[in-house]
Amino acid sequence: MIRRLTKEDRQGLTLISPTLFYTLLMLAAPLVLVVTFSFWTQNYLDIDKTLTIANYHEAWTKPIYQVLISRSLRISLLVTLVTVLTAFPIAYYISFHVKQRKALWLFLITVPFWTSYLLRVFLWKVILGFNGVLNSVLMQVGLIDEPLTFILYNANAVVLTLAHAWAPFAILPIFVALEKIDRSLLEAAEDLGDGAFRRFRRITLPLAMPGIIAATLIVFIPTVGDFITPKLVGGTDGLMIANMIQIQFGKANNAPLGAALAISSMFIVALISLGIYLIGNRFGGKVK
Amino acid sequence: MGEEMQKDIIALTDLSKFFGSYHALRGINATIREGEFFSLLGPSGCGKTTLLRMIAGFETPTSGGIAIDGKPMEGISANQRPTNMVFQSYAIFPHLNVAENVGYGLVTRKVPKAEIATEVSRALAMVDLAGYADRAAHELSGGQRQRVALARALVMRPKVVLLDEPLSALDKKLRDQMQVELRELQQSLGITFILVTHDQEEALIMSDRIAVMFEGEIAQLASPEDLYRRPASKRVASFIGVMNFLEARIKAVKGDIIRLNIPALGDIEISRSGLAPELDLDRVRSVGVRPEMLTIAFDDAETFEQTVEGEIAGTSYYGDMTYYSVQLQGQADPVTISMRNTAGRSIAKPGSKVRIGWGAESLVLFDSD
Amino acid sequence: MVARLRSLMAVKWLTVYAVSYMLFLYLPVILLPLFAFNDATVVAFPLSGFTTKWFDVLWTTEALHGAVRNSAIVAISTAVLSTIFGACAARAGARYRFPFKSGIIGFIMLPLVLPEIIVAVALLVMLVQLGMSLSLWTVIAGHVLICTPFSIAILSSAFAGLDQSLEEASFDLGESKWGTFRRVTLPLVMPGVISSLLITFTISLDEFIIAFFLTGTDVTLPVYIWSQLRFPTKLPSVMALGTILLTLSILLLILAEWFRRRSARRQGRDAAAAGGFV
Repeated sequence: MIRRLTKEDRQGLTLISPTLFYTLLMLAAPLVLVVTFSFWTQNYLDIDKTLTIANYHEAWTKPIYQVLISRSLRISLLVTLVTVLTAFPIAYYISFHVKQRKALWLFLITVPFWTSYLLRVFLWKVILGFNGVLNSVLMQVGLIDEPLTFILYNANAVVLTLAHAWAPFAILPIFVALEKIDRSLLEAAEDLGDGAFRRFRRITLPLAMPGIIAATLIVFIPTVGDFITPKLVGGTDGLMIANMIQIQFGKANNAPLGAALAISSMFIVALISLGIYLIGNRFGGKVK
Repeated sequence: MGEEMQKDIIALTDLSKFFGSYHALRGINATIREGEFFSLLGPSGCGKTTLLRMIAGFETPTSGGIAIDGKPMEGISANQRPTNMVFQSYAIFPHLNVAENVGYGLVTRKVPKAEIATEVSRALAMVDLAGYADRAAHELSGGQRQRVALARALVMRPKVVLLDEPLSALDKKLRDQMQVELRELQQSLGITFILVTHDQEEALIMSDRIAVMFEGEIAQLASPEDLYRRPASKRVASFIGVMNFLEARIKAVKGDIIRLNIPALGDIEISRSGLAPELDLDRVRSVGVRPEMLTIAFDDAETFEQTVEGEIAGTSYYGDMTYYSVQLQGQADPVTISMRNTAGRSIAKPGSKVRIGWGAESLVLFDSD
Repeated sequence: MVARLRSLMAVKWLTVYAVSYMLFLYLPVILLPLFAFNDATVVAFPLSGFTTKWFDVLWTTEALHGAVRNSAIVAISTAVLSTIFGACAARAGARYRFPFKSGIIGFIMLPLVLPEIIVAVALLVMLVQLGMSLSLWTVIAGHVLICTPFSIAILSSAFAGLDQSLEEASFDLGESKWGTFRRVTLPLVMPGVISSLLITFTISLDEFIIAFFLTGTDVTLPVYIWSQLRFPTKLPSVMALGTILLTLSILLLILAEWFRRRSARRQGRDAAAAGGFV
């Protein structure tokens, strides 16, 4: 790979260098520092720079962290599954059955996403609460006699709220993948004797796979790190690892442990993402 | 006019260009005369577009030099050269209307507004687009875009107009028409045009001289007629039209006379004059003859300089012409003969024996490769 | 016939599903203005009459005005800076080939997929280690990092749609590099630039996690809202504030989309075929 840079190489690199240096300075350097930090220890305000794996030991062995990490993963995977499964029919509908106003549908899907995230989560609390919108409507209609309590302050509420928050991020990549499918392929499959269902399973689904994988990763990765939703609608059973990371950096004043938790969860998330990517690739993901 | 025609406007000296390790141009030497219509003809990847862009100033030669009107162009960027280009995509500025497009370069030169307006309408009239000044770029058809691009270059009064495959995006009918129009416009203006094309017919119709390029080298630089009648190599011969190649052997060279043995046609003496001077007689192993230079004798009374017997192997009917594939004795592949279809003459059937007339004048000698 | 009927039924069910899904998406958004104009201090059903008093409250809340001013500073600075960074990267990506190109661009786009808490925590650790005090500038630094990928996504299509021979034609007609940029490149990508400014402005205005970690004593609007959520009596006016923000965001989005389409049209491309962010 060692060769002299051509004029074009130099022009391109020069032009991209401001952005690259900014990202190096503001992302790469801090990430390296966080990794370093996770091997230090903190006692109130004093930082002990002796390298140790004590933080990691604590993060991986203490039951509370184990519980939080596994719950975060469980909730995130569930959110991802629900979001992608519910998003697919919408993307399919817009791509295959909306003829004229595709852009309008896509626009309408993204609009709620631009409302303040905080307020959206808070409004779910209002909807799902004891005196909330859902309960009062259901009681008015007479479907229930007393308010439902299993819908707020638990993991279900977190899943519902996150599935709502990440919906456009799942719909858009799947839609793009479906749009790319050459419609004559479907006609060819039908011409060769496939019925609607077999055609969907043998042509549409494999060709949409890259979009499905993208949607899965785009939803899964950030939701593991969310801490507003668990805090507002999760109750104590719905708290996730990000809440603990925030506490370590805030009240608990143990940044090195927070860093170790952050690095550990990022590591696990990266592994799972890679797994999802590879499994997805096996199922017809060979399409670019 | 005749004397002026001989003045050189562009001199290309040992031009060479590398893209990384790819050798795009391999020592180009040529001069282009003032006021001529010059074509760079070759298959894609032969370096013709690179050469044109180098004259325009968009590519820098790795070695060698370009002089325009006697001035070396080294270090002179595209915006300071006395050349203007018609791009393959036409590059019509989509946010400007026709007049703004054509006047673009004059604004740069800080020409007064009123003068720009007159120059623009003059240029538009020249390309038959008078009255289109206020059209938006996206309202133009392909042919109109091509005319706007041409007007935009002409309004700058360049010493040389460079045209990069300007007709390749047009349909056949429009292309044929534009070929004639472009040629007429160039002749009436007397400006040097350099055209890049891969279409041999287009080059033959429009050009005063043509440089045929293969793999970064000029294979032959000649007038259309010379190029067609006396191609310098078998490769040039097959790129320009169709040519039959027959095995040949030199039996003797006596002064200006060459005695040849051609197994398919027999022995023949031809004059050395008129052959390419660089031809290496020791390596001559084949002769070429164009399909229209062979004649099938449908009438027994017809007389020819030379005749040979053959058998028709197949026919292709083209309406005005018929192409016969004829098997000759002593030649493995059949030769192609084109005959104009005339009233009352039916097409000969495959399998029928025919007499073929030919002449020594129509033969072209080639090196063995 | 049966198959035709069955497929018609399937489309019908799909349409029903699509409409219900949209209702689900809009459920919280519809509630926002309902409670903002509701004449009650509790945010709950049943509604009890129309009022605009919660909007009046906003005019007299000093702390809110400070937060609005801070958010405006942050969002405008972020929009300008990330659009400049985005333009450099998008132009380099669309116009040039250079070593490690996809790696470099992938790295710059990374904040798009990183959990925001990781970005926030990492920046916090570094800023504290460098001994810098938290301020609006630290929030801006974080926002520029996460907004630049969005800007690149928008501007890439604007720069990629720009036929290189247009700039060459300008140069060939005697124009200088700067003149070509001013007369050809800029007018053609301008709608994309404006669209990028609007989108990054909107993202920054709404961003909470990074602002929450990196803000000093001057809080931004979302951080202010977060602090208000704890006080039930403040909720109706928060709903009013949210309604204003929602309206503003939608207006900005429509504007951004309009500019993006204009950009595509100017370059002579079909706006729908050109795709787009929104």
